[in-house]
Amino acid sequence: MVFLENFRIALGALRANLMRSILTTLGIIIGVAAVIGVVSIVQGLQYTITQQLQGVGATFIAVSAKNDRSNIPGVAARQVKLTSEDAQAIEERVPGVKLMSPFILGRAVVKYKDRKHNPLMTIGATENYQDVTNQTVDRGRFFSQVDLDNHRKVTVIGPKIADELNLGPDPLGKEIYIDIYPATVIGIMEKKGQNLGMDFDDIVYVPFSSAVNLFGRNAADQVQVRLQATSAESVPQVKDGIARLLRQRHKIPTSEPDDFEIQTQDEILKTVNSVLGSVTAVVGGVVGIALLVGGIGIMNIMLVSVTERTREIGVRKAVGARRQDVLLQFLIEAVTLSLIGGGIGLALGYGLGAAISKLIPGFPPAHVPLWAVGLAIGFSAGVGIFFGIYPAAKASRLDPIEALRYE
Amino acid sequence: MALIDLRGIYKVYDMGAEKVHALNGVDLEVERGEYVAIMGSSGSGKSTLMNLLGCLDTPSDGSYILNGTAVQELDDSELAAIRNKEIGFVFQTFNLLARTDALHNVELPLIYAGLSRAERRERAKRALERVGLGSRMNHQPNELSGGQRQRVAIARALVNDPSILLADEPTGNLDSATSEEIMHLFDELHQAGNTVVLVTHEPDIAEHAWRKVMLRDGKVTSDQPTARAEAAAAAAPVS
Repeated sequence: MVFLENFRIALGALRANLMRSILTTLGIIIGVAAVIGVVSIVQGLQYTITQQLQGVGATFIAVSAKNDRSNIPGVAARQVKLTSEDAQAIEERVPGVKLMSPFILGRAVVKYKDRKHNPLMTIGATENYQDVTNQTVDRGRFFSQVDLDNHRKVTVIGPKIADELNLGPDPLGKEIYIDIYPATVIGIMEKKGQNLGMDFDDIVYVPFSSAVNLFGRNAADQVQVRLQATSAESVPQVKDGIARLLRQRHKIPTSEPDDFEIQTQDEILKTVNSVLGSVTAVVGGVVGIALLVGGIGIMNIMLVSVTERTREIGVRKAVGARRQDVLLQFLIEAVTLSLIGGGIGLALGYGLGAAISKLIPGFPPAHVPLWAVGLAIGFSAGVGIFFGIYPAAKASRLDPIEALRYE
Repeated sequence: MALIDLRGIYKVYDMGAEKVHALNGVDLEVERGEYVAIMGSSGSGKSTLMNLLGCLDTPSDGSYILNGTAVQELDDSELAAIRNKEIGFVFQTFNLLARTDALHNVELPLIYAGLSRAERRERAKRALERVGLGSRMNHQPNELSGGQRQRVAIARALVNDPSILLADEPTGNLDSATSEEIMHLFDELHQAGNTVVLVTHEPDIAEHAWRKVMLRDGKVTSDQPTARAEAAAAAAPVS
């Protein structure tokens, strides 16, 4: 009951010095707003990336060459190969592989009549690519085994390409140029939108063999492999199988590390999470300092408040307030102050995160997880208690006779 | 047993080099229902005595028994509790909480007594009505005159039904007409059965009491009925 009464007294005292209260909590507001702003953006990113990765399924596995990025000046990085033959071998000899598609990446200008466009990338892949990466063709079809076997000059394009080249309402069947090679449009991919500043609708897909023509013979030695295992349970087994096969094919002695990388959906998620986690941790450190400064501000103003209200403390003690009553009163006041700051900071930070993610095109919407709300509130309360205890103790120790005489 | 029983009270302040003997062996008994004025010039020790009587401080030596409780043995929390229960303070400077209306000011002791909100409201209202401020309950101190403020303070002192009303120069900040009104209120409260201890240096204010205790250099120099008490005694039929 005295607790509730103290809370009322605290609110009254804070209202009485409204401007001062707001200025005092500014440190807390800024600190909490910063952490919530960043967390909401990072969480939004994480949420979208996770969503996307889950889209490819738990059985998804990616294999790529691990190129040494040599740090020694003058020594060229060793070029590591991962060939389409490697990919073929994986499909044929590793048990538990359901679908496999090797692909190569490059950039090439596309042309149609007088229109020219430089897409985000051109992917040379096999007929399985669509299923392995879980993508859908909106109109027309993806290329088939027959297209590949017969070296047909066909292409599947993202919706953005169709727009950029001004292919009109019926792009299917039109002949565009990819670099100097003509190709007939046989499909338009489903709209995927942007993520991390990349437009996934700005991609051209061509058959693997066409891409080798386009990017040169060496490109075929730098393939990436995407595959789907038969089940989520068999993923570790498939991963081991691929590793053993590739080590054997690349003739790697047992003492040497792998010259390739195998990532499962699970591992990619972990990598993303650890990167975003460290971003959050760094911001957390900065915010810790802001909260510290905010806390000192609160302590400062509480000390002023105790001095100003010396007589009030004297009166309260004269009519029967015990030390702990006075202590609690000022402690609650400090905590209320920092909690209000935390609350405002929370709202402001969320607004900030939402605004920033809106301003950057293709950025995922901000998302504030419950733990961040709890953390912000908990931290502000903690700051209030930590920095409020000294002024409150000072108030509680005042001698009532002295306090009543204070001018 | 007397309501207030002071025996051999000493209060020594250690001012570094010298020791100040504010009270030098005071004996004083006050019965329930008495109206006592404590008088003395500044430095006589009357403020110190008033702080001891009000349980704001404890004696260096001697015993103080208030309503059966040995005050000199109490710790800080227990002193706060006994102030809350037994003492009603009225100060020269009113000491009301600013920006807090009369009702909430009067409620203050009841908060620390742990009463429910409804009961506090009810008792604070009754106390304010008793001092004639029933229509001013929601006014803040800066909206009240000096006399009204002192009435609020008296209501606050009364609200807990204390054993003693302890008034320290209650008219020191008031003009003479208002002083008369306030002293009249004390008379009424005394007649209603309250024990009043009045600390003052003004002889005519002290004459409102029925007993006058003079202090000098920390000692009681005289303790006698006031003119008013003598007149009342003379007028009473001899039995």
